[in-house]
Amino acid sequence: MTARYTARRRSNAVATVLALAATTLGLGWLVLILGALLWKGFSGLSVAVFTEMTPPPGASGGLLNPIVGSLILTALAVAIGTPIGILAGTYMAEYGRYDRLTSVVRFINDILLSAPSIVVGLFVYEVMVAPMGHFSGWAGGVALAMLVIPVVVRTTEDMLTLVPDALREAATSIGLPRSLTIRYICYRAAQAGMVTGVLLAVARISGETAPLLFTSLNNQFWSPNLNAPMSSLPVVIFQFALSPYKDWQSLAWTGALIITLAVLALSITARALAPSGRQS
Amino acid sequence: MDPAGRRSVVDVALQDGVLVSAEAFKRAKVLDRLRLGDAAFRHLTRAAAVGVLLLLGGVIISLIDGSLPAVRTFGFGFLVSERWNPVTDNFGALPAIYGTVVTSFIAMLIAVPVGLMIAFFLTELCPPWLRRPTGIAIELLAGIPSIIYGIWGLFVFAPFLQHTLQPFLINTLGNVPVIAPLFSGPPYGIGVLTSGLILAIMVLPFVTSISRDVFEAVPPVLKEAAYGVGCTTWEVVRHVVLPYARVGVIGGIMLGLGRALGETMAVTFVIGNAHRISASVLAPGTTISATIANEFTEAVGDLYTSALIELGLILFVITFIVLAAARYLLLRIERRIG
Repeated sequence: MTARYTARRRSNAVATVLALAATTLGLGWLVLILGALLWKGFSGLSVAVFTEMTPPPGASGGLLNPIVGSLILTALAVAIGTPIGILAGTYMAEYGRYDRLTSVVRFINDILLSAPSIVVGLFVYEVMVAPMGHFSGWAGGVALAMLVIPVVVRTTEDMLTLVPDALREAATSIGLPRSLTIRYICYRAAQAGMVTGVLLAVARISGETAPLLFTSLNNQFWSPNLNAPMSSLPVVIFQFALSPYKDWQSLAWTGALIITLAVLALSITARALAPSGRQS
Repeated sequence: MDPAGRRSVVDVALQDGVLVSAEAFKRAKVLDRLRLGDAAFRHLTRAAAVGVLLLLGGVIISLIDGSLPAVRTFGFGFLVSERWNPVTDNFGALPAIYGTVVTSFIAMLIAVPVGLMIAFFLTELCPPWLRRPTGIAIELLAGIPSIIYGIWGLFVFAPFLQHTLQPFLINTLGNVPVIAPLFSGPPYGIGVLTSGLILAIMVLPFVTSISRDVFEAVPPVLKEAAYGVGCTTWEVVRHVVLPYARVGVIGGIMLGLGRALGETMAVTFVIGNAHRISASVLAPGTTISATIANEFTEAVGDLYTSALIELGLILFVITFIVLAAARYLLLRIERRIG
């Protein structure tokens, strides 16, 4: 009896230690990755990074054009993706909460949410780049917008569902039409959550590389022209990191640090803004 | 007369006279406009919802359309052929599919037990004040862009493995009779095993956060009953929590698997892009997504491009099935909780 009890206690202790070890391992990885980024990225960080163009191999330079390119592409993606996402989410939560279309869209949307982003790049290449005959900033923005939409749809629907029905009933009882109820009452009540959704979407796309590789491609020069190939931070990191030149590699690390800090800042802001409901 | 703004539709209807009926007319017009706006908004939102469906349809159709030339040329043989020769326009998907499956398998082999143990720690062992920060820190791993994993894997992790883990594996497991071929060859640093390990770090947060959520959803009375008859913490988790949360955990695992299968950038950096199937996990290989990322912009000729698009189609079909299964399982557990 005591022997068996000891054995049970022992396996419990082993499991506890394993759980602790697993958690340490998970957190350790985070620390290792962030540590390496800070270590290698900070050494290259200077004013020139934000004021100079990407250099040819062997010369010094900065990351101005990819940073601006990334900002433009992200803004474009948000401008295209957010309205569509919010409208679709509105239909699912407000008009068709229980109908068949909503459950199908929800299912498909959840799949799009984790679908491989490189496939999105192939799709946009097929429908935009190939017919237009050249790579372009527009194509890159559309590709990123396709990644924004599922995130925004999901959070909009979740947040609107959390709005208490009593608010809607009160608005209806004073004669407010449905569409105005949604716009003036529900959107306002769900505002914080919906903003969170957009921030999460921006965080998601700002590091995306795969869909940009063959849509917006890359541009060595200053080019705010959306109709031409456009530089972006992730693609430049990809190209520079795999190059044999030390200068380029160190710029890649600096770029990686900038992206990571931006993404982490965005997700922490999103979390701080988020209402009590958990984001998934 | 009371101010026009305070009258209701009923007031207007009850009164008569030219002046009032003109007002009623105006009022009806406003109401009409509102009704129209209402219908318009409703249809607009509906169109956007349908648009999301069309997006998926568009992706599938364009991929099928783009891969037609390759399908016509190679037929079913594309899936089982091992050659990949752009010069002679001869393509087969087997090495890429093999690499995708093997790297994802390695990733899940590590991420599932570790993720479950972290979820166990977070729900049962962790002091409450530490629970939220730890959970957030693990989820931050999911927020780090995949290209960061790639650059870190290439410059930090791969050299580290080359000097430590890989020689160790070659010297120990490489001498065990049956599994020796798995760990043969020189330690390159990059390769299938490295990619699998990086993927494991990347899917860990998905497995962890979903497992934690379903663990937390286990009714406390079940756990309390088990503690009441004298179970240890581990026994409660092993025999009460885990069986109860089984479906959700499997859903979370499938979700992580879907991510691992489609992950591109991190793998592209460290897999080595070699179109061959080696028995050794230390050798370089390739995956579907890495092949596309590496070769698409350089692909000359319709057949080459088309072959790459067909690879994309295969990847999409595989991940679609895995993700659909994951969603189905998670939906089932959501219904049971809600």
